[in-house]
Amino acid sequence: MMLAVDFALMLEKFLLIVVIIMGSLVIAMYATYAERKVAGILQDRRGPNRAGPFGLLQPVADGVKLFMKEEIIPLTSSKWLFILGPCLAMVTAMMTSAVIPWGSKIEIAGRTVDLQIADINIGVLYIFGVVSMGVYGIMIGGWASNNKFSLIAAVRGASQIISYELAMGLSLIALLMLTGSLSMKTIVEQQVSSGIWNVLLQPLGFLIFLICAFAECNRTPFDLPEAENELNFGYHQEYSSMKLGFYLFAEYINMFISSAVMATLYFGGYDIPFVNEANLAQSWGENLVTVLGSVTLLLKVAFFLFFFMWVRWTIPRFRYDQLMDLGWKKLIPLALANMLITGAVILWLNK
Amino acid sequence: MQTLTNRAKVLEQKPLTFMERLYLPNIAKGMAITFSHMFKKRPTINYPEQTRPFSPVFRGLHILNRDEEGRERCTACGLCAVACPAEAITMEAAERKSNEEHLYREEKYAARYEINMLRCIFCGLCEEACPKDAIYLSETFAPANFTRQSFIYGKPDLLIPDPKSQPDEFRMAQGRLEAHKANVKAAKNDQ
Repeated sequence: MMLAVDFALMLEKFLLIVVIIMGSLVIAMYATYAERKVAGILQDRRGPNRAGPFGLLQPVADGVKLFMKEEIIPLTSSKWLFILGPCLAMVTAMMTSAVIPWGSKIEIAGRTVDLQIADINIGVLYIFGVVSMGVYGIMIGGWASNNKFSLIAAVRGASQIISYELAMGLSLIALLMLTGSLSMKTIVEQQVSSGIWNVLLQPLGFLIFLICAFAECNRTPFDLPEAENELNFGYHQEYSSMKLGFYLFAEYINMFISSAVMATLYFGGYDIPFVNEANLAQSWGENLVTVLGSVTLLLKVAFFLFFFMWVRWTIPRFRYDQLMDLGWKKLIPLALANMLITGAVILWLNK
Repeated sequence: MQTLTNRAKVLEQKPLTFMERLYLPNIAKGMAITFSHMFKKRPTINYPEQTRPFSPVFRGLHILNRDEEGRERCTACGLCAVACPAEAITMEAAERKSNEEHLYREEKYAARYEINMLRCIFCGLCEEACPKDAIYLSETFAPANFTRQSFIYGKPDLLIPDPKSQPDEFRMAQGRLEAHKANVKAAKNDQ
């Protein structure tokens, strides 16, 4: 029985993976468009509006341009690592999407399909593991370029991500004490059934997580690894053509995924606010409610994406010592305090 | 401290208060400012489709005028070349032949008429100097080009379209010219 292969399950998972990977690629593509459009609108400009209606074909044009560019591998670089860098950045960015529950269940031809690639019981840990691998993309790329600026950027990126991962993990521990589970699915289901989003129980934890997410994605105000005016271009200075494109793209996929993680952990995932899903499913049918839930999740993600951009075009970049100061001296003690208070409150309530 | 004007402001460098060090309220303030800019009017125009109106006395590229029968007005008197402070205008005069009455308005005409648009300072003195109503500054401004030679505009570049063979183009150019003339006259009367 162990060897019996469930082809339907394989097909179902394969399709789901294809849809999610394609979906995150397209969303990342249009995130670049949205970034420029939002930047334009916030700065009283118009943003891209030449390619296609409202400039909607702009990301396609950018992609074609990047593909057409000459691909240069510097002679003094370590070639394998030079190629490995953007690959790692891209792969790790895509891998995180596996444990995010994109919706509840859908019923197709008598089969119940979970809209999640893998519901593993250590979902949160998996995300942490993969995200911390993402720093290798930056490190290897910057190191293999054999360029001082790239190397400085890579070192900056590595130390920044490691510093902020600590605070991020600590802020999550407080959340996990509340949920009692590391599975993303369970965390969402708890929020759906209780109707109370975790952000209401863990506002400080969410704030710390949000700040750390900005740092992990290398977004302004923490975009020191690619600080143009300090390091020319940062770790991807020597890259050209689609390898550069992969680095830039990975950043947007990371943004999309971390938005999804934030929405899942703190904002109820596919929970439709002010609605009792179980009641609605009885009158409207399970599938429709699931689709509505997924749309809700995407809306939440879209809001976070906008928030990322909004912050980027508002706040100037931190100085490096300020960044380290914030990470080690402010966020980590705060996260520890948050953890202790949460633990104390849980103990007190249980008595 | 005694200051020369009352505009000077003494900079106070107090240590930041707790709220300021928190930084988050200030971030919220900044984000409110950027958000409010979403609803502001944008000064940008979609250039090739939309153009900004010119100032009434805008002085662009020159145009050599024709009369209503399509004959060139210029008699190559050279007053414009003399008036030109940048010495951008050269011309060669020629005598009208008996079978050329439909081409040139008077007995003498400009066989060659060149303006070096790189030298020209677009002051409009040629327009003021012309006794024959032959040269005007239009609302077109100099297009970019790769060679210096191409900026020396000859008669084919300068002449207004012929009202007989190209009536539509002539009317368009004429319309702009008439508006320009009216504007210049109005500006002069204001002075």
